[in-house]
Amino acid sequence: MSPNQKKYLNKKKKEKILVIFFQISIIVFLIGIWEFLATKGYINEFIFSKPSNILKTIINLYKNFNLINHIFTTLYEVIIAFVLGIFLGFLIALLLYSFKLLAKIIEPFLTMLNSLPKVALGPIIIIWVGANLKSIIVMALLINLIISIITIYNGFIQTDKNKIKLLESFNANKLDIIKKLVIPNSLVTIISSLKLNISMSLIGVIMGEFLVSKSGIGYLIIYGTQIFNLNIVMSGVIILIIISYILYKIISIIENKLLK
Amino acid sequence: MNKLLEIRNLSKSYNTLDGEIKAIDNINLDVYEGDFIAIVGTSGCGKSSLLNILAGLDNNFEGIYKFKKDITFSYMLQTDCLFNWLNIFDNCKIGLDIKKDKDPKKIDKINELLKIYNLEEFKNKKPSSLSGGMKQRVALIRTLATNPDILLLDEPFSALDYQTRLAISNDVYKMIKKEKKTVIMVTHDISEAISLANKIIVLSKRPCTVKNIYEVKLTGATNPIENRKAKEFSTYYETIWKDLDVNVT
Ligand SMILES: Nc1ncnc2c1ncn2[C@@H]1O[C@H](COP(=O)(O)OP(=O)(O)O)[C@@H](O)[C@H]1O
Ligand SMILES: [Mg+2]
Repeated sequence: MSPNQKKYLNKKKKEKILVIFFQISIIVFLIGIWEFLATKGYINEFIFSKPSNILKTIINLYKNFNLINHIFTTLYEVIIAFVLGIFLGFLIALLLYSFKLLAKIIEPFLTMLNSLPKVALGPIIIIWVGANLKSIIVMALLINLIISIITIYNGFIQTDKNKIKLLESFNANKLDIIKKLVIPNSLVTIISSLKLNISMSLIGVIMGEFLVSKSGIGYLIIYGTQIFNLNIVMSGVIILIIISYILYKIISIIENKLLK
Repeated sequence: MNKLLEIRNLSKSYNTLDGEIKAIDNINLDVYEGDFIAIVGTSGCGKSSLLNILAGLDNNFEGIYKFKKDITFSYMLQTDCLFNWLNIFDNCKIGLDIKKDKDPKKIDKINELLKIYNLEEFKNKKPSSLSGGMKQRVALIRTLATNPDILLLDEPFSALDYQTRLAISNDVYKMIKKEKKTVIMVTHDISEAISLANKIIVLSKRPCTVKNIYEVKLTGATNPIENRKAKEFSTYYETIWKDLDVNVT
């Protein structure tokens, strides 16, 4: 390795360490100042909670209130919604791509549904589907499905016209073109829609849990609010942040593997 | 001579919401076995439209198009159109895959061509590891792999830099002569047309009509690069240039 290359790599490494150092510092600083302000009474501990109490609450939730169960409930719902969303999104996008006229007819409805705040449908879903797990999944699907359909469909229609022409010159039929060209060509788009989809699924599931549910992180947060225990609410939020970050990272890793 | 294609009074219009666009106006054309025909015309005059009709990809035209029974075509386009998720070998084989043709002779042929073009070591690599010129060579192999009767080349070299372009057009020429293929090539490069083709069809501006047909005869013709030095070259060039009537304003 040339000295210049070494120097360059060293510089990059130092930069990375610096970034991580500051990221950790920011977290420590924020937690510290929060703890300090609450302990000294500058902010109301009852309303704002404080880091040490949150930690105690999480441990207590873990020991006495089946925290792991709540986490798994939420994860389970997210995974179902995620898989269904990708699967149905792919199928519907394929259907729309195969029948252009259908796509044209459906398009304004999709846009309408997409721009509608889905929470507004919450009460209707509960009445139609019932106050159970199904409602939560339906809620999450409402949120992740439309956007999946739109993203994947857009991937499909961006297929290079010349490549289609090339296959047609080999007498390819529509199915050949979809199988050999359109789908593999859109794989990058489909895979990058996974990230968006996982975030949407989590949003949907938490919304669903706010509306109906007897367990899950969303349930914990609502429960905390109802008994006005801000420690539980904050614990729920913190756990949610961690879950969403981990899910996002997992999808990123899968994405990188698949795109290799 | 064996006539492969015959076009009589061919016209083509596109219907769009903004109105009807006439792309081709009353063209007559005969293609014989072994011909290397270059079609030159300004950009947008209707060259690709004509090739699409010849390839049978567009049946929406007026006039008569007769072709020899069971004749097969293969396209080579301006962009290499390689599938970046397939390796080089599978890219070459895509036409055979679609036609469900498992003829081992054709597979051998692909391997042989890969060897000739020094692409053998890239056989299992993805197209992204190749240079522009190499990609276009792969596209040529893909075009030849199905053993078509007629090659349709739609500005096949125009995305390449000048040096690569000369080298590749030389390859294409050699390969096509060796395989005794019939070629219809569209180009807007006059020199390319003169150096490669034995017949040049000059089209007018849109809607295109046949303005002139030239039988190219160069003294000491050997290969496209040498052909450019033939004494008739500049005369052809000037005549065709005048035919095209390119107004640079
Ligand atoms: N599918 C289409 N729909 C409408 N107009 C088209 C279509 N394809 C080509 N045209 C028009 O027909 C004319 C000729 O196009 P083309 O055959 O691609 O020209 P060239 O290949 O000579 O550059 C152009 O004016 C182009 O805009
Ligand atoms: Mg063209």
